[in-house]
Amino acid sequence: MEVVMSFAIGFLFMAAVYLILSKSILRIIIGTGLLSHGAHLLILTMGGLGGEAPPVLADGVTNMADPLPQALILTAIVISFGVTAFFLVLAYRAYQELGTDNLDEIRRILADDD
Amino acid sequence: MMTNFLLTPIILPFFTAILLMFAPKKVYYQRVVTLVSLILTTACAVYLIQTIHTEGIQVVTFGNWPEPFGITMVADMVAMLLVTTSVIVALFTVWYSFKSIGIEREKFFYYPGVLLMLTGVNGAFLTGDIFNLFVFFEVLLMASYLLSVLGGEKGQLRESIKYILVNVISSALFVITVAFLYSVVGTLNMADISVKIAELNQPGIITTIGVLFLIVFGLKAAIFPLFFWLPSAYAAPPIPVLALFGALLTKVGVYAITRTYTLFFVHDTGFTHTLLLVLSCLTILAGCIGALSTFNVKNIIIYNIVIAVGVILYGVAQMNEDGLMGAMFYIVHDMFIKASLFFLVGIMIVVTGTANLKKMGGIMRTYPTLAWTYLIAAFGLAGIPPLSGFIGKMLIVEGGLAAGNLWSSLWILLSSLIVLLSVIRIFIYGFWGEAKTLVPKESRTHYKQLLIPSMLLVLLTVAYGIGAEWITPYMQDAADVLLHPSVYTDAVLKE
Repeated sequence: MEVVMSFAIGFLFMAAVYLILSKSILRIIIGTGLLSHGAHLLILTMGGLGGEAPPVLADGVTNMADPLPQALILTAIVISFGVTAFFLVLAYRAYQELGTDNLDEIRRILADDD
Repeated sequence: MMTNFLLTPIILPFFTAILLMFAPKKVYYQRVVTLVSLILTTACAVYLIQTIHTEGIQVVTFGNWPEPFGITMVADMVAMLLVTTSVIVALFTVWYSFKSIGIEREKFFYYPGVLLMLTGVNGAFLTGDIFNLFVFFEVLLMASYLLSVLGGEKGQLRESIKYILVNVISSALFVITVAFLYSVVGTLNMADISVKIAELNQPGIITTIGVLFLIVFGLKAAIFPLFFWLPSAYAAPPIPVLALFGALLTKVGVYAITRTYTLFFVHDTGFTHTLLLVLSCLTILAGCIGALSTFNVKNIIIYNIVIAVGVILYGVAQMNEDGLMGAMFYIVHDMFIKASLFFLVGIMIVVTGTANLKKMGGIMRTYPTLAWTYLIAAFGLAGIPPLSGFIGKMLIVEGGLAAGNLWSSLWILLSSLIVLLSVIRIFIYGFWGEAKTLVPKESRTHYKQLLIPSMLLVLLTVAYGIGAEWITPYMQDAADVLLHPSVYTDAVLKE
């Protein structure tokens, strides 16, 4: 199972890097989204995938899932949600102000202003 | 009850920020409440320093969980000195902002932004849990995104996009690194991690994780070669925001490197700390080249941030008492002096209407007080005795010599001269020379209101330098915690 997860995480990182290296801000934001998905899956995998029973103390249960990675992921998801929302608004604002979402164009527009 | 008191530097700014959000358009209310809250926070922080000095490290674990399980907050001397310095810098920045940030920004959540950033900064200093550190990093970053883009000028928008992207990537790396660390040691409590790593005797995988942490925090602290984003991102927002960023944000990264490299990764210093030493020397080199290459007064001081980061980390890399104490002295000094230099440079920009040094000149004839205040701050930055930079840099170099790093210590001394040259250039071109046209008198009315907080902050740095004797016991405590991980772990895992 860990091997499958590793491939999934690696694929997510690959796609994220590809998107982040592109010029359109929107693609970059989608890339950061994929990057954080990959990181979250990695936490889950690194915490150990075993554990059948819910992490509640009960008689005769030994094979409990580790609750900590789940708590970490939940926190990290909320944070990356907030940051992505902010980033999207910023990208829209930049588009309104500068009239493009292409980073090369933005650089050119501002170079003309100087 | 007493231990809960250590949360005040986090909670007070946080609740004040919430209070401010109820009436964003009432500028007077915003200013007064922010100022009062920051003065209260300063008082609490100073009181906490004294408590730690007399009673030892203060620890609180939320929800009364037994120690490695809950989220722990630890107020030791290292964290508390930095918290106090941050709060004081924020206080002066807010005072300086009254006449410089502009009414429009004040009406659009500028003060809540400052206070929330302070919440994140203080939380990052005080937390004793590595994942909680990530959360507080995000709190301060979120607020810094707001401050960096507030105003929505074209340059700000462009730089904020870069700044956010760099930090999103570094946050993802942070989460990944914490996940690796968790899979090896199985805990997130920093004291517990330290104990577990000592039990494992730091195998190669932990050293690798240590280098990953250096990359993650190095991106925030702007060490070589990860400082590329800093100059342009910091130059875009207005001066008070720049002062706040320059004084606080990189220092949080430096603190995180210091903490992890003195608490976790101390069993293979031959590799990790040599790497830190080499990178810190290269960081200074990069900063020096940058500081000498530009005629923009803002950028000259911004590159000096990079130099200071290198000097502090050089002290940390020595891992002996002098080096660590020097690093503590220097980091506090640097937070004060960078803020005051940005303030003064901000006034120069206000009176001349340009940030280009070549277009300035002869400001001294009209504003002698500004000139002399700037000169004192510049000498303080370069570390001329008895001003504030001297003692820290001397201890760092002593530590370097004690650890047998002769050449790199000489490089630190040489870099002070380059620092001096870079800031004196501002003095020579800006204050001396032919008087060039200033902006019309009516549009530089706030000169006095800007100069008073700047002068007081410079005065504070002078007092810090001259009063080093009285501060030494506190710095000694801080160096002690950094030098002996057991002091920290015993205090946290006492039961």
